[in-house]
Amino acid sequence: MAFGKPNLGSVIPKDTAFDPALVNKLMGKFGHGGFLGMEYVGHGDDWVELAIDWREYLVGEPESGVLASAVVISLMDNATSMSIWTKLGEFRPQVTMDLRIDYLRPSPAGERVFGRGICYHLTHSIGFVRGFAHNGDPDDPLAHASGTFIRVGDRIG
Amino acid sequence: MSAALSGLPPYALALDMRVVDEMDGAPVIAMPFADKVQGRPGFLHGGAISGLLEMAAVAAIHRALRAKNSDSAIKQVNVTIDFMRGGTGQMTYAVGEVTRLGRTMANVEARAWQDDADKPIAMGYMHYLIRSPKTQMPSS
Repeated sequence: MAFGKPNLGSVIPKDTAFDPALVNKLMGKFGHGGFLGMEYVGHGDDWVELAIDWREYLVGEPESGVLASAVVISLMDNATSMSIWTKLGEFRPQVTMDLRIDYLRPSPAGERVFGRGICYHLTHSIGFVRGFAHNGDPDDPLAHASGTFIRVGDRIG
Repeated sequence: MSAALSGLPPYALALDMRVVDEMDGAPVIAMPFADKVQGRPGFLHGGAISGLLEMAAVAAIHRALRAKNSDSAIKQVNVTIDFMRGGTGQMTYAVGEVTRLGRTMANVEARAWQDDADKPIAMGYMHYLIRSPKTQMPSS
């Protein structure tokens, strides 16, 4: 689920453009993002790319060493969530409404996974997102994602 | 419970998930609240909830395959997660239900809840490909 106002609102000064690199510095150190070792890779006007290194404790299929499917979900959840703030140019509290992932192929054992989240449409309340995961070559995706985030007021959860 | 006994992979064990119960023949998996499953302060990260749903779905399908004496392997094709409530700082449970188990694919639904089993915090809808086994036992 997306990060809410309480933590980020206090670290992002008001009237300052949203900075995905800064946010991920915090996101990748604590909580679930820290557990996964999520890192900022890059961003554009409406997209953010994050990455997670393969780690043995993130494996979902011991026989093959393939990462747990939820590692890709977390990666795409964070990348798409941040793409909304990036497109908007500022932080707004929101939560994930739904997220769909299609697994085109497994992510091989030992390979770093990149997740690019793209916000393709924004309304007052909803952020429409899509994205894909890859192992370093964006033209060879391993998963596709699509989902929606809903803006929430000061009351979240 | 060891990994071999619980059947849970490293990812699940790293998040301290364990099988705690059974519902309608499917294992119930529990995940305690901790910093490593936290998103915004005080709340579960959606990815951790998704991970719990995934483990419950996989456990349910393995159980269903075993009930049919099948040694087929599974491969996940896709998943849709609906997030319905914020997960708060307490124990979270999940159970999977195999809604259809065919020769080539399986449909699975998984549900996660906290203190009230009637108020799910998230639902997962998964499709799995059934990989043809090396030897197929006669199924009922």
